[in-house]
Amino acid sequence: MAVGSTAVPAALKRKHRRETARTLAFLSPWLIGFGFFFAYPLISTVYFSFMRYDGFTAPTFNGLKNWDYVFNHYPFFWQGLRNTLWLVVVMVALRVAFGLGIGLLITKLKTGVGFFRTAFYLPYLAPPVAATMAFAFLLNPGTGPVNHLLGDLGLPQPGWFTDPSWSKPALTMLAMWGIGDLMVIFMAALLDVPKEQYEAAELDGAGPWQKFRYVTYPNISPIVMFAVVTGVIQTMQYYTQAIVAGKVASGVIGGSGQQFEPGYPHGSTWTLPQMVYNLGFQRFDTGSACVAALVLFAISMAVTSLLLRRRSGFLSSED
Amino acid sequence: MHSPRRSRRTAAAVTGSAVLALLATACTGTNSAGGTDDSASGKDVTITFWHGWSQENETKAIQANIDTFQRLHPNIHVKVVGDIADDKSEQALRAGGPDAPDVVSSFSTDNVGKFCSAKVWADLNPLLKKDGIDPARTFPAAMLKYSQFEGSQCSLPLLGDSYGLYYNKTAFAAAGITAPPKTFSEFDADAVKLTVADGDGYKQLGFMPTYHGYESAPSRYLGQYGASYFGGAGKSNIATDPRVAAMFTWQKNLIGKLGGFDRLEKYRSGFGDEYSAKNPFETGQVAMSIDGEWRTASIAEDKVSFDWATAPFPVPDDQADTYGRGYQTGTIIGIARTSRKQAASWELVKYLTTDTDAVVGFANAIHNVPSTIAALGSPKLDADPNFRTFIDIARNPASDTTPASINGGAYQISIQNLGYAYESGKQSDLAAGLAASAKEIDAAIDQAK
Repeated sequence: MAVGSTAVPAALKRKHRRETARTLAFLSPWLIGFGFFFAYPLISTVYFSFMRYDGFTAPTFNGLKNWDYVFNHYPFFWQGLRNTLWLVVVMVALRVAFGLGIGLLITKLKTGVGFFRTAFYLPYLAPPVAATMAFAFLLNPGTGPVNHLLGDLGLPQPGWFTDPSWSKPALTMLAMWGIGDLMVIFMAALLDVPKEQYEAAELDGAGPWQKFRYVTYPNISPIVMFAVVTGVIQTMQYYTQAIVAGKVASGVIGGSGQQFEPGYPHGSTWTLPQMVYNLGFQRFDTGSACVAALVLFAISMAVTSLLLRRRSGFLSSED
Repeated sequence: MHSPRRSRRTAAAVTGSAVLALLATACTGTNSAGGTDDSASGKDVTITFWHGWSQENETKAIQANIDTFQRLHPNIHVKVVGDIADDKSEQALRAGGPDAPDVVSSFSTDNVGKFCSAKVWADLNPLLKKDGIDPARTFPAAMLKYSQFEGSQCSLPLLGDSYGLYYNKTAFAAAGITAPPKTFSEFDADAVKLTVADGDGYKQLGFMPTYHGYESAPSRYLGQYGASYFGGAGKSNIATDPRVAAMFTWQKNLIGKLGGFDRLEKYRSGFGDEYSAKNPFETGQVAMSIDGEWRTASIAEDKVSFDWATAPFPVPDDQADTYGRGYQTGTIIGIARTSRKQAASWELVKYLTTDTDAVVGFANAIHNVPSTIAALGSPKLDADPNFRTFIDIARNPASDTTPASINGGAYQISIQNLGYAYESGKQSDLAAGLAASAKEIDAAIDQAK
C-alpha cells in the first residue's frame, strides 16, 4: 500500500511533466516569437530609457535624465501627447459611429447593396501615402476643388492642412473616408443578429431607436468594443498620414540648414510616434526615444485594459 | 567520463552564454574599429562607395570620376551604390559588418556633429596631414566649417550649394527697376513695387518672405546677417546676438509690407512643387526668390517665358560692405570608421574632393558649386554668368553656413519654430521667444552630450 501510494503520484508527475513539455512544444513557435519580438524589445526599451545611447557608441547609465528631458525640456512632448489623445478620442469615436452608420444603411438597402458596399470599401484599399496626398491636394486652400466649391456656395473656406485648428479635423475626415474595414466588420455583425428578436420587438411596439438600443446594440456590442480597442491602438500609432499631410501642405522638402517643421502647421499634426522617430533618428537620442515609446505603450495598455475591464472583454451581454 | 545530465547543463550554459552575448551585442549596437589595407603596396582592394545621387546625369558624372580614379589606381576597385538616403547609410554604419560601406556621402551637413563626435566617420586630419594637404588652403572657409566638429575633420566637402537671388528681369523692367537690390531696404522697396494685387490674392508677388516659402528658411536669411549660432562655451547665443533679432524683425516687417501673413500663406498654398517647372519663380507667381545654384540649370531646361538673372542676395543696410556673401552648404563625404580598407578609401576621398579636374568636371556636370579654392578659380568652370554668381558667393570670405551640432539640426528646428510663431503673430515678444529658444537649444545639447 505504501509502495503503491508513492508510485502513483510519481507516475502522475511524469505524465504531468510530459504533458507540460508537449504543451510547451506546441506553444513554442508563439513563445519564441513573443520572446524575440515583444518581450526582448520591451525589456530593451526599458533598459535603454535609463541609458545615454546615441545608436553609435556604447550605452552608458544616466539614471532618470532621459525621463526628465522628455517630460520637462523636450519642446514637443506635451503637444504630441495632446494631439495623440485628441485623435484617439475624436477620430476613433467618429470612425466607429460612421462605420456602424454606413453598415446599418447598407444592410437596410433593398437594391444596389453590392455597389455601395464596394464604393465604401474601396477607399480603404488606397495606400495611406497616396490617399493623404490626394486629400492634401483636394483640400489645398488656394487651388483645391473643395474650397472652390465652398467659395461658390458662399461658405467659409478653411485652411485645412495649413491651419492648425483644421488640420486634425482634416485628418479625421481622411480616416472616415477609409472606413471600409469597420463597415465590413459591422455589416457581418448586423447580418448575424437573429431576425426573431426584431420580430418580437416589433410585436411589443418597438420603434427603430428601441430596436437598435435593445436588440441590435446588445448583439453587436462585442464588435463595437473590438472596433474601439483596435481603433485606439491604431490611432496611438498614428504616423504616416500625419507626417505626409504636413510635408505636402508645408511644401518644404528640407535639407541642410532647413528642417521640416515637426507637425506642420504649428505642431498640430505632431503625434507620439513621430516623437519617437525624431528623438531616436534625428536627434540620435535613443534613450529619450525609448521613454517616449514607453509612454505610448503605457497609455495604450491603460486605455485598452480600462475598456476591456468595463465591458468584460469581447463578450456580448448574452455570453 | 561525463554524465548526460552534466552534458545538458553544459549545453544549457553554452546556450545561455551565447544568448546573453547575442543580446548584449544587440543592445549596444556598436561595431568594431576599422583598419587599413595593403592597397599602398599594390594589392587588389575593393571598396564600397554609397552616395545619394540618382538622376542620370549625376550618376554618369560620378561614375566618370570613379572610372578616372580606377585608371589612376588600378589595384583599387570601387563598388558604387547610388540613391542611398541618409537614414539607410546611418543604419548600415550602426550595424557595421562586411556589407557596410567604406566611403559614404551625404547631402545633409546637419549630421556632421554626430558623425564626428561619435566617431562614426573616421577623423581625416591624420590622413590630410600625412599627404600634406592643408584644409584651410584647400577648401573655402564656410565649407570647411560645415564638414568638421570640435576639431574633428570627419568629412570633406564634395561640391557645394550657394544661395543667391533669382529675379525676373521682365517684371523688373515693367516695374521700372533697373538693377537687382543690394540692401534689404532696396529689396523691400522692390518687392513692394513688383507686387500686383488681385482681390485678396496676388497676380504677382514681389517675394515670398515666409519661412515656408521653399528656400526662405531662417538659416538662409541669417547667412546674410552673418549671425552666429553658438558662443565660445558652445551655448546658444541667438538671444544675445543682435543680428538674429534684426533678421526676425526685418522678415516680419516685410510680411506686413506685402499684405500680411494670412494673405501670403493662402497665396503660398497654391505654389507648385519646388523641384519642378511649377516652382513659383518659374511660373511667374513670384518675381524674386532665394535659391541655390542648381536652379540655373532647371530654369534653363524648363525654358521659362521671361528674362531672368541672378545676383547675390541683399544684405542688411548696416552691413552693405558685405554684399556678395551668401548662405553656403553642400554635400559631404567621409570614411566609415569601421572600414577595414581605410587606405584605399582615403585615396578615393582624396581624389574626389581635392583633384581640381575631378571637382570641376563633376560641378559642371551636375550644376553645383565646386568645393575647393583651386576649382572655384578654374577656367574650365561653366562660364554662364547666372551660374558664376554662385561661384563668386562661394568664394566670398563672408559667406557663412549653419555650424555642425552634436544633435543634428535640432537647434535649427528651435529657431525655425520661433520663426513660424513670430511671423504668424502667435509669438509677439521676440526677445522672450529668443531667450526661450536659446534655453531649449542648450537643454537639447546638454541632453545629447
